[in-house]
Amino acid sequence: MASGLEKQLHLLEQATTLEHLQQATLHLRDHFGLAHFIYHWVNSVGERFGAGTYSSDWVDRYLEKDYLRMDPVILGCITRFHPTNWKDLDWSSKAAKAFLREAIDYGVGNQGLTIPVRGPSGQFALLTCNQTCDDPAWEHFIANHQQDLILIAHQFNRKALEFDTGFEAQAPSLSPRELSAIALLAKGFSRAQAAQDLSISEHTLRVYVEGARHKLGAINTTHAVARALSNGLIVV
Amino acid sequence: MLRYIYADHLSDFPALSHSMFRDRATQFVDRLGWDIGVDANGEERDEYDALNPLYVIWELPDGRHGGSMRFLPSTGPIMVNDHFGHILDGTTIQSPLIWECTRFCLSPNADRRAAAALVLGAGEVMKRFSLNHYVGVFDPRMERIYRLYGVTPDVIGCQGEGADRIAVGLWEMQQDAWPKTFARLGITAAQSDAWFKASRDTLRAKIPPQPDAPSGPSCRAPVGSRHDTASHPIF
Repeated sequence: MASGLEKQLHLLEQATTLEHLQQATLHLRDHFGLAHFIYHWVNSVGERFGAGTYSSDWVDRYLEKDYLRMDPVILGCITRFHPTNWKDLDWSSKAAKAFLREAIDYGVGNQGLTIPVRGPSGQFALLTCNQTCDDPAWEHFIANHQQDLILIAHQFNRKALEFDTGFEAQAPSLSPRELSAIALLAKGFSRAQAAQDLSISEHTLRVYVEGARHKLGAINTTHAVARALSNGLIVV
Repeated sequence: MLRYIYADHLSDFPALSHSMFRDRATQFVDRLGWDIGVDANGEERDEYDALNPLYVIWELPDGRHGGSMRFLPSTGPIMVNDHFGHILDGTTIQSPLIWECTRFCLSPNADRRAAAALVLGAGEVMKRFSLNHYVGVFDPRMERIYRLYGVTPDVIGCQGEGADRIAVGLWEMQQDAWPKTFARLGITAAQSDAWFKASRDTLRAKIPPQPDAPSGPSCRAPVGSRHDTASHPIF
Protein backbone atom coordinates (compact mmCIF):
# COMPACT_ATOMS: atom_id res chain seq x y z
CA MET A 1 0.00 0.00 0.00
CA ALA A 2 1.33 3.41 -0.92
CA SER A 3 2.47 5.54 1.99
CA GLY A 4 0.03 8.30 1.00
CA LEU A 5 -2.76 5.81 1.42
CA GLU A 6 -1.42 4.70 4.80
CA LYS A 7 -1.58 8.31 5.93
CA GLN A 8 -5.20 8.59 4.76
CA LEU A 9 -6.14 5.40 6.52
CA HIS A 10 -4.43 6.55 9.68
CA LEU A 11 -6.56 9.71 9.61
CA LEU A 12 -9.64 7.58 9.05
CA GLU A 13 -8.72 5.49 12.05
CA GLN A 14 -8.55 8.62 14.21
CA ALA A 15 -12.02 9.75 13.10
CA THR A 16 -14.42 10.48 15.93
CA THR A 17 -17.18 12.33 14.09
CA LEU A 18 -19.15 11.98 10.91
CA GLU A 19 -17.38 15.13 9.69
CA HIS A 20 -14.07 13.25 9.92
CA LEU A 21 -15.48 10.48 7.74
CA GLN A 22 -16.59 13.15 5.34
CA GLN A 23 -13.03 14.53 5.22
CA ALA A 24 -11.70 11.02 4.66
CA THR A 25 -13.87 10.54 1.57
CA LEU A 26 -12.50 13.79 0.09
CA HIS A 27 -8.90 12.77 0.72
CA LEU A 28 -9.41 9.26 -0.62
CA ARG A 29 -11.12 10.60 -3.74
CA ASP A 30 -8.07 12.77 -4.39
CA HIS A 31 -5.65 10.03 -3.48
CA PHE A 32 -7.13 7.67 -6.06
CA GLY A 33 -7.85 10.45 -8.57
CA LEU A 34 -11.55 9.59 -8.70
CA ALA A 35 -14.62 11.61 -9.55
CA HIS A 36 -16.37 10.59 -6.32
CA PHE A 37 -15.94 8.50 -3.20
CA ILE A 38 -18.90 7.61 -0.99
CA TYR A 39 -19.43 5.45 2.06
CA HIS A 40 -22.92 4.95 3.40
CA TRP A 41 -24.47 2.55 5.81
CA VAL A 42 -27.67 1.39 7.40
CA ASN A 43 -27.37 0.66 11.11
CA SER A 44 -28.97 -2.21 12.97
CA VAL A 45 -32.21 -0.29 13.50
CA GLY A 46 -32.48 0.78 9.87
CA GLU A 47 -31.23 4.38 10.11
CA ARG A 48 -29.16 5.62 7.18
CA PHE A 49 -25.94 7.60 7.34
CA GLY A 50 -23.44 8.67 4.78
CA ALA A 51 -20.25 10.46 3.95
CA GLY A 52 -19.21 11.33 0.45
CA THR A 53 -18.11 13.76 -2.16
CA TYR A 54 -21.28 14.24 -4.20
CA SER A 55 -22.48 17.80 -4.67
CA SER A 56 -25.32 18.89 -2.43
CA ASP A 57 -27.33 19.52 -5.63
CA TRP A 58 -27.13 15.83 -6.51
CA VAL A 59 -27.88 14.72 -2.95
CA ASP A 60 -30.92 16.99 -2.84
CA ARG A 61 -32.09 15.79 -6.23
CA TYR A 62 -31.61 12.15 -5.20
CA LEU A 63 -33.65 12.64 -2.06
CA GLU A 64 -36.32 14.68 -3.80
CA LYS A 65 -36.85 11.97 -6.42
CA ASP A 66 -36.51 9.19 -3.83
CA TYR A 67 -34.00 7.43 -6.11
CA LEU A 68 -33.07 5.10 -3.29
CA ARG A 69 -36.07 3.02 -4.31
CA MET A 70 -34.78 2.40 -7.83
CA ASP A 71 -31.02 3.07 -7.82
CA PRO A 72 -29.60 -0.01 -9.62
CA VAL A 73 -26.41 0.27 -7.56
CA ILE A 74 -28.24 0.04 -4.24
CA LEU A 75 -30.71 -2.60 -5.39
CA GLY A 76 -28.04 -4.60 -7.17
CA CYS A 77 -25.57 -4.70 -4.27
CA ILE A 78 -27.68 -5.21 -1.17
CA THR A 79 -27.81 -8.87 -0.16
CA ARG A 80 -24.48 -9.36 -1.95
CA PHE A 81 -20.96 -9.60 -0.56
CA HIS A 82 -18.70 -9.31 -3.59
CA PRO A 83 -17.27 -6.10 -5.08
CA THR A 84 -19.36 -5.06 -8.05
CA ASN A 85 -18.42 -3.17 -11.19
CA TRP A 86 -21.40 -0.97 -12.11
CA LYS A 87 -21.16 -2.34 -15.63
CA ASP A 88 -22.45 -5.67 -14.29
CA LEU A 89 -25.60 -4.15 -12.81
CA ASP A 90 -28.97 -4.02 -14.50
CA TRP A 91 -29.36 -0.70 -16.28
CA SER A 92 -31.85 -2.04 -18.82
CA SER A 93 -35.01 -0.27 -17.66
CA LYS A 94 -35.96 3.12 -19.03
CA ALA A 95 -35.97 4.53 -15.51
CA ALA A 96 -32.47 3.22 -14.79
CA LYS A 97 -31.10 4.69 -18.02
CA ALA A 98 -32.67 8.06 -17.27
CA PHE A 99 -31.33 7.94 -13.72
CA LEU A 100 -27.79 7.26 -14.93
CA ARG A 101 -27.98 10.06 -17.51
CA GLU A 102 -29.13 12.46 -14.84
CA ALA A 103 -26.48 11.30 -12.36
CA ILE A 104 -23.77 11.90 -14.99
CA ASP A 105 -25.18 15.40 -15.56
CA TYR A 106 -24.64 16.02 -11.85
CA GLY A 107 -20.99 14.92 -12.06
CA VAL A 108 -21.28 11.25 -11.11
CA GLY A 109 -18.81 9.10 -13.05
CA ASN A 110 -20.04 6.80 -15.82
CA GLN A 111 -17.98 3.95 -14.30
CA GLY A 112 -18.31 2.76 -10.73
CA LEU A 113 -17.26 0.12 -8.25
CA THR A 114 -19.33 -0.68 -5.18
CA ILE A 115 -18.17 -2.84 -2.29
CA PRO A 116 -20.86 -4.20 0.02
CA VAL A 117 -20.07 -4.85 3.68
CA ARG A 118 -22.24 -7.09 5.82
CA GLY A 119 -21.92 -6.16 9.48
CA PRO A 120 -23.42 -7.75 12.60
CA SER A 121 -27.16 -7.71 13.38
CA GLY A 122 -28.30 -6.56 9.98
CA GLN A 123 -25.91 -3.63 9.82
CA PHE A 124 -25.04 -3.02 6.21
CA ALA A 125 -22.83 -0.67 4.22
CA LEU A 126 -21.72 0.20 0.70
CA LEU A 127 -18.46 1.82 -0.32
CA THR A 128 -18.71 3.32 -3.77
CA CYS A 129 -16.22 5.04 -5.98
CA ASN A 130 -16.81 6.29 -9.49
CA GLN A 131 -14.95 7.84 -12.35
CA THR A 132 -15.44 9.17 -15.85
CA CYS A 133 -13.43 6.94 -18.18
CA ASP A 134 -13.72 4.10 -20.69
CA ASP A 135 -14.12 0.41 -19.86
CA PRO A 136 -10.47 -0.67 -20.19
CA ALA A 137 -9.29 2.20 -17.98
CA TRP A 138 -11.84 1.27 -15.32
CA GLU A 139 -10.95 -2.41 -15.45
CA HIS A 140 -7.34 -1.42 -15.02
CA PHE A 141 -8.24 0.71 -11.99
CA ILE A 142 -10.18 -2.17 -10.43
CA ALA A 143 -7.36 -4.64 -11.03
CA ASN A 144 -4.92 -2.31 -9.30
CA HIS A 145 -6.99 -1.04 -6.39
CA GLN A 146 -9.88 -3.36 -5.63
CA GLN A 147 -8.21 -5.13 -2.72
CA ASP A 148 -7.17 -1.85 -1.06
CA LEU A 149 -10.70 -0.56 -1.51
CA ILE A 150 -12.12 -3.67 0.16
CA LEU A 151 -9.88 -3.03 3.18
CA ILE A 152 -10.86 0.64 3.19
CA ALA A 153 -14.56 -0.29 3.10
CA HIS A 154 -14.10 -2.42 6.20
CA GLN A 155 -12.09 0.34 7.88
CA PHE A 156 -15.00 2.72 7.31
CA ASN A 157 -17.40 0.13 8.60
CA ARG A 158 -15.40 -0.33 11.78
CA LYS A 159 -15.90 3.41 12.37
CA ALA A 160 -19.59 3.22 11.53
CA LEU A 161 -20.05 0.48 14.13
CA GLU A 162 -18.12 2.53 16.68
CA PHE A 163 -20.43 5.49 16.06
CA ASP A 164 -23.49 3.31 16.37
CA THR A 165 -24.25 3.20 20.07
CA GLY A 166 -25.83 -0.20 19.56
CA PHE A 167 -22.38 -1.73 19.27
CA GLU A 168 -19.90 -1.61 22.12
CA ALA A 169 -16.36 -1.10 20.94
CA GLN A 170 -14.57 -4.26 21.96
CA ALA A 171 -10.92 -4.46 22.85
CA PRO A 172 -9.40 -6.77 20.26
CA SER A 173 -8.67 -10.22 21.54
CA LEU A 174 -6.28 -12.41 19.60
CA SER A 175 -6.06 -16.18 19.77
CA PRO A 176 -2.85 -17.84 21.01
CA ARG A 177 -1.86 -18.67 17.42
CA GLU A 178 -2.42 -15.12 16.24
CA LEU A 179 -0.51 -13.74 19.21
CA SER A 180 2.44 -16.08 18.56
CA ALA A 181 2.55 -15.10 14.90
CA ILE A 182 2.43 -11.37 15.61
CA ALA A 183 4.91 -11.64 18.49
CA LEU A 184 7.50 -13.34 16.28
CA LEU A 185 7.09 -10.71 13.57
CA ALA A 186 7.47 -8.04 16.26
CA LYS A 187 10.78 -9.64 17.25
CA GLY A 188 11.95 -9.11 13.70
CA PHE A 189 11.51 -12.66 12.42
CA SER A 190 10.83 -12.95 8.71
CA ARG A 191 7.62 -14.74 7.72
CA ALA A 192 9.63 -17.80 6.78
CA GLN A 193 11.44 -17.82 10.13
CA ALA A 194 8.23 -17.24 12.08
CA ALA A 195 6.47 -20.04 10.21
CA GLN A 196 9.37 -22.39 10.87
CA ASP A 197 9.43 -21.46 14.54
CA LEU A 198 5.72 -22.24 14.84
CA SER A 199 6.00 -25.40 12.69
CA ILE A 200 3.40 -24.14 10.25
CA SER A 201 3.55 -23.21 6.57
CA GLU A 202 4.05 -19.60 5.52
CA HIS A 203 0.62 -19.80 3.93
CA THR A 204 -0.97 -20.64 7.29
CA LEU A 205 1.09 -17.97 9.01
CA ARG A 206 -0.27 -15.43 6.56
CA VAL A 207 -3.82 -16.36 7.53
CA TYR A 208 -3.11 -15.90 11.25
CA VAL A 209 -1.44 -12.56 10.59
CA GLU A 210 -4.32 -11.50 8.33
CA GLY A 211 -6.84 -12.46 11.05
CA ALA A 212 -4.89 -10.44 13.61
CA ARG A 213 -4.64 -7.50 11.23
CA HIS A 214 -8.39 -7.45 10.74
CA LYS A 215 -9.19 -7.74 14.45
CA LEU A 216 -6.75 -4.98 15.33
CA GLY A 217 -8.24 -2.70 12.68
CA ALA A 218 -4.79 -2.37 11.17
CA ILE A 219 -4.14 -1.55 7.55
CA ASN A 220 -1.14 -3.80 7.06
CA THR A 221 1.13 -6.19 8.94
CA THR A 222 3.52 -3.53 10.22
CA HIS A 223 0.61 -1.57 11.56
CA ALA A 224 -0.89 -4.69 13.14
CA VAL A 225 2.36 -5.39 14.99
CA ALA A 226 2.46 -1.79 16.21
CA ARG A 227 -1.11 -1.95 17.43
CA ALA A 228 -0.61 -5.26 19.21
CA LEU A 229 2.37 -3.74 21.01
CA SER A 230 0.58 -0.53 21.93
CA ASN A 231 -2.45 -2.46 23.16
CA GLY A 232 -0.17 -4.52 25.38
CA LEU A 233 -1.27 -7.73 23.66
CA ILE A 234 2.33 -8.72 23.04
CA VAL A 235 5.58 -7.84 24.75
CA VAL A 236 8.91 -8.00 22.97
CA MET B 1 -20.72 -25.04 -17.87
CA LEU B 2 -19.75 -23.27 -14.67
CA ARG B 3 -22.40 -21.16 -13.01
CA TYR B 4 -21.97 -18.60 -10.23
CA ILE B 5 -25.31 -18.26 -8.41
CA TYR B 6 -26.35 -16.53 -5.21
CA ALA B 7 -28.91 -18.54 -3.22
CA ASP B 8 -31.77 -16.16 -3.99
CA HIS B 9 -31.42 -17.04 -7.69
CA LEU B 10 -31.45 -20.83 -7.22
CA SER B 11 -35.19 -20.93 -7.77
CA ASP B 12 -34.50 -19.85 -11.38
CA PHE B 13 -32.80 -23.25 -11.86
CA PRO B 14 -35.08 -25.80 -10.15
CA ALA B 15 -33.58 -28.95 -11.69
CA LEU B 16 -30.01 -27.82 -11.11
CA SER B 17 -30.76 -26.71 -7.56
CA HIS B 18 -32.67 -29.84 -6.55
CA SER B 19 -30.02 -32.16 -7.96
CA MET B 20 -27.32 -30.19 -6.13
CA PHE B 21 -28.99 -30.57 -2.73
CA ARG B 22 -29.76 -34.23 -3.50
CA ASP B 23 -26.14 -34.89 -4.46
CA ARG B 24 -24.99 -33.22 -1.26
CA ALA B 25 -27.16 -35.67 0.69
CA THR B 26 -25.59 -38.54 -1.27
CA GLN B 27 -22.03 -37.38 -0.70
CA PHE B 28 -22.10 -36.09 2.85
CA VAL B 29 -24.75 -38.29 4.46
CA ASP B 30 -24.83 -41.55 2.46
CA ARG B 31 -21.18 -41.82 1.49
CA LEU B 32 -19.23 -39.94 4.16
CA GLY B 33 -21.73 -40.60 6.97
CA TRP B 34 -21.84 -37.03 8.31
CA ASP B 35 -24.48 -36.51 10.98
CA ILE B 36 -26.39 -33.76 9.16
CA GLY B 37 -30.04 -33.41 8.21
CA VAL B 38 -31.78 -34.38 4.99
CA ASP B 39 -35.26 -32.96 4.38
CA ALA B 40 -38.39 -34.65 3.05
CA ASN B 41 -37.32 -33.96 -0.55
CA GLY B 42 -34.05 -35.76 0.02
CA GLU B 43 -32.15 -32.46 0.03
CA GLU B 44 -29.27 -31.69 2.38
CA ARG B 45 -29.45 -28.05 3.50
CA ASP B 46 -28.14 -26.35 6.61
CA GLU B 47 -28.42 -22.93 8.25
CA TYR B 48 -25.64 -21.48 6.07
CA ASP B 49 -27.69 -22.13 2.93
CA ALA B 50 -30.19 -19.69 4.48
CA LEU B 51 -27.59 -16.86 4.63
CA ASN B 52 -27.76 -16.22 0.89
CA PRO B 53 -24.35 -17.71 0.08
CA LEU B 54 -22.73 -17.80 -3.34
CA TYR B 55 -22.66 -21.22 -5.04
CA VAL B 56 -20.31 -22.21 -7.79
CA ILE B 57 -21.94 -25.05 -9.71
CA TRP B 58 -20.67 -27.27 -12.52
CA GLU B 59 -23.73 -27.90 -14.69
CA LEU B 60 -23.84 -31.07 -16.79
CA PRO B 61 -25.08 -30.89 -20.41
CA ASP B 62 -28.51 -32.19 -19.31
CA GLY B 63 -28.92 -29.28 -16.88
CA ARG B 64 -28.27 -31.31 -13.76
CA HIS B 65 -25.68 -30.82 -11.04
CA GLY B 66 -22.18 -32.19 -11.65
CA GLY B 67 -20.42 -30.59 -8.71
CA SER B 68 -20.60 -27.54 -6.49
CA MET B 69 -19.34 -25.59 -3.51
CA ARG B 70 -20.60 -22.79 -1.35
CA PHE B 71 -18.99 -19.49 -0.32
CA LEU B 72 -19.60 -17.04 2.53
CA PRO B 73 -17.42 -14.15 3.74
CA SER B 74 -15.54 -14.85 6.97
CA THR B 75 -16.58 -11.44 8.31
CA GLY B 76 -20.06 -12.92 8.88
CA PRO B 77 -21.24 -16.22 10.41
CA ILE B 78 -19.27 -19.17 9.03
CA MET B 79 -19.07 -22.80 9.99
CA VAL B 80 -15.39 -22.78 10.98
CA ASN B 81 -15.90 -20.00 13.53
CA ASP B 82 -19.31 -21.09 14.77
CA HIS B 83 -18.55 -24.77 15.29
CA PHE B 84 -14.84 -25.47 15.06
CA GLY B 85 -13.16 -22.76 17.14
CA HIS B 86 -12.15 -25.40 19.71
CA ILE B 87 -9.92 -27.20 17.24
CA LEU B 88 -8.20 -23.96 16.27
CA ASP B 89 -7.23 -22.96 19.83
CA GLY B 90 -9.97 -20.37 19.79
CA THR B 91 -8.67 -18.70 16.62
CA THR B 92 -11.50 -17.15 14.67
CA ILE B 93 -10.80 -16.69 10.99
CA GLN B 94 -12.09 -13.27 10.09
CA SER B 95 -11.02 -11.08 7.22
CA PRO B 96 -12.62 -9.49 4.17
CA LEU B 97 -9.88 -11.21 2.15
CA ILE B 98 -10.78 -14.71 3.36
CA TRP B 99 -14.02 -16.47 2.45
CA GLU B 100 -15.25 -19.81 3.71
CA CYS B 101 -15.69 -22.54 1.12
CA THR B 102 -17.81 -25.50 2.22
CA ARG B 103 -19.86 -28.41 0.84
CA PHE B 104 -17.37 -29.20 -1.94
CA CYS B 105 -19.47 -31.86 -3.61
CA LEU B 106 -19.10 -34.07 -6.68
CA SER B 107 -22.17 -35.71 -8.15
CA PRO B 108 -22.28 -39.49 -8.66
CA ASN B 109 -23.21 -38.52 -12.25
CA ALA B 110 -20.25 -36.20 -12.57
CA ASP B 111 -18.12 -36.23 -15.68
CA ARG B 112 -14.34 -36.36 -15.45
CA ARG B 113 -14.11 -32.59 -15.62
CA ALA B 114 -16.22 -31.74 -12.55
CA ALA B 115 -13.43 -31.48 -9.97
CA ALA B 116 -11.19 -29.43 -12.26
CA ALA B 117 -14.15 -27.17 -13.04
CA LEU B 118 -14.70 -26.47 -9.35
CA VAL B 119 -11.02 -25.67 -8.86
CA LEU B 120 -11.33 -23.23 -11.75
CA GLY B 121 -14.49 -21.68 -10.28
CA ALA B 122 -12.84 -21.20 -6.90
CA GLY B 123 -9.86 -19.60 -8.61
CA GLU B 124 -12.04 -17.23 -10.63
CA VAL B 125 -13.93 -16.13 -7.51
CA MET B 126 -10.64 -15.57 -5.67
CA LYS B 127 -9.11 -13.57 -8.51
CA ARG B 128 -12.12 -11.47 -9.44
CA PHE B 129 -13.10 -10.57 -5.89
CA SER B 130 -9.50 -9.92 -4.76
CA LEU B 131 -9.44 -12.62 -2.08
CA ASN B 132 -6.26 -14.13 -0.63
CA HIS B 133 -7.47 -17.37 0.94
CA TYR B 134 -10.32 -19.76 1.49
CA VAL B 135 -10.93 -21.53 4.76
CA GLY B 136 -13.13 -24.59 5.00
CA VAL B 137 -14.23 -27.63 6.93
CA PHE B 138 -13.62 -30.82 4.98
CA ASP B 139 -13.50 -34.56 5.24
CA PRO B 140 -9.86 -35.71 5.20
CA ARG B 141 -10.92 -38.50 2.84
CA MET B 142 -11.37 -35.76 0.23
CA GLU B 143 -7.81 -34.54 0.58
CA ARG B 144 -6.60 -36.97 -2.07
CA ILE B 145 -8.95 -35.32 -4.58
CA TYR B 146 -7.70 -31.84 -3.71
CA ARG B 147 -4.09 -32.98 -4.00
CA LEU B 148 -4.80 -34.56 -7.37
CA TYR B 149 -6.11 -31.24 -8.66
CA GLY B 150 -3.25 -29.14 -7.37
CA VAL B 151 -5.16 -27.44 -4.57
CA THR B 152 -3.74 -29.14 -1.51
CA PRO B 153 -5.06 -27.52 1.67
CA ASP B 154 -2.96 -26.50 4.66
CA VAL B 155 -4.65 -28.35 7.50
CA ILE B 156 -4.80 -26.03 10.51
CA GLY B 157 -6.80 -28.26 12.82
CA CYS B 158 -8.69 -31.50 13.00
CA GLN B 159 -10.78 -33.55 15.37
CA GLY B 160 -12.19 -37.06 15.65
CA GLU B 161 -10.90 -40.41 14.44
CA GLY B 162 -11.57 -42.64 11.47
CA ALA B 163 -14.80 -41.90 9.65
CA ASP B 164 -15.63 -39.13 12.14
CA ARG B 165 -12.44 -37.25 11.42
CA ILE B 166 -12.99 -33.72 10.23
CA ALA B 167 -10.44 -31.08 9.31
CA VAL B 168 -10.19 -27.33 8.85
CA GLY B 169 -8.09 -26.32 5.88
CA LEU B 170 -6.78 -23.25 4.10
CA TRP B 171 -6.47 -22.86 0.36
CA GLU B 172 -4.94 -20.44 -2.04
CA MET B 173 -4.76 -20.58 -5.80
CA GLN B 174 -1.16 -21.03 -6.91
CA GLN B 175 -0.32 -19.38 -10.22
CA ASP B 176 0.76 -22.71 -11.72
CA ALA B 177 -2.63 -24.29 -10.94
CA TRP B 178 -4.29 -22.17 -13.66
CA PRO B 179 -2.73 -23.67 -16.82
CA LYS B 180 -3.08 -27.21 -15.45
CA THR B 181 -6.72 -26.61 -14.66
CA PHE B 182 -7.47 -25.18 -18.10
CA ALA B 183 -5.71 -28.16 -19.68
CA ARG B 184 -7.71 -30.69 -17.63
CA LEU B 185 -10.93 -29.02 -18.69
CA GLY B 186 -9.80 -28.63 -22.29
CA ILE B 187 -10.80 -24.96 -22.27
CA THR B 188 -9.13 -21.58 -22.57
CA ALA B 189 -9.10 -18.64 -20.17
CA ALA B 190 -11.48 -16.92 -22.59
CA GLN B 191 -14.06 -19.72 -22.13
CA SER B 192 -13.81 -19.39 -18.37
CA ASP B 193 -14.26 -15.64 -18.69
CA ALA B 194 -17.32 -16.19 -20.88
CA TRP B 195 -18.85 -18.54 -18.26
CA PHE B 196 -18.27 -16.00 -15.54
CA LYS B 197 -19.82 -13.21 -17.61
CA ALA B 198 -22.81 -15.42 -18.39
CA SER B 199 -23.52 -15.50 -14.65
CA ARG B 200 -23.94 -11.73 -14.46
CA ASP B 201 -27.66 -12.03 -13.73
CA THR B 202 -27.25 -14.62 -10.97
CA LEU B 203 -24.48 -12.63 -9.28
CA ARG B 204 -26.44 -9.42 -8.91
CA ALA B 205 -29.26 -8.95 -6.47
CA LYS B 206 -32.70 -10.04 -7.50
CA ILE B 207 -34.64 -6.88 -8.22
CA PRO B 208 -38.41 -6.78 -8.36
CA PRO B 209 -39.72 -5.27 -11.61
CA GLN B 210 -39.56 -1.49 -11.42
CA PRO B 211 -42.28 0.79 -12.68
CA ASP B 212 -40.81 3.17 -15.24
CA ALA B 213 -42.31 6.16 -13.51
CA PRO B 214 -42.44 6.59 -9.75
CA SER B 215 -46.00 6.28 -8.51
CA GLY B 216 -47.79 7.00 -5.29
CA PRO B 217 -46.79 9.42 -2.58
CA SER B 218 -43.07 9.81 -2.01
CA CYS B 219 -42.09 8.07 1.20
CA ARG B 220 -38.78 9.74 1.76
CA ALA B 221 -36.31 7.85 3.83
CA PRO B 222 -35.14 9.57 6.99
CA VAL B 223 -31.64 10.85 6.52
CA GLY B 224 -29.08 10.37 9.24
CA SER B 225 -29.28 13.04 11.87
CA ARG B 226 -28.22 11.27 15.02
CA HIS B 227 -24.84 12.82 14.62
CA ASP B 228 -24.44 16.54 14.55
CA THR B 229 -23.19 16.87 10.99
CA ALA B 230 -26.31 16.97 8.93
CA SER B 231 -24.20 19.08 6.58
CA HIS B 232 -23.68 16.36 4.00
CA PRO B 233 -26.12 13.52 4.32
CA ILE B 234 -25.97 11.04 1.48
CA PHE B 235 -29.14 9.13 0.78
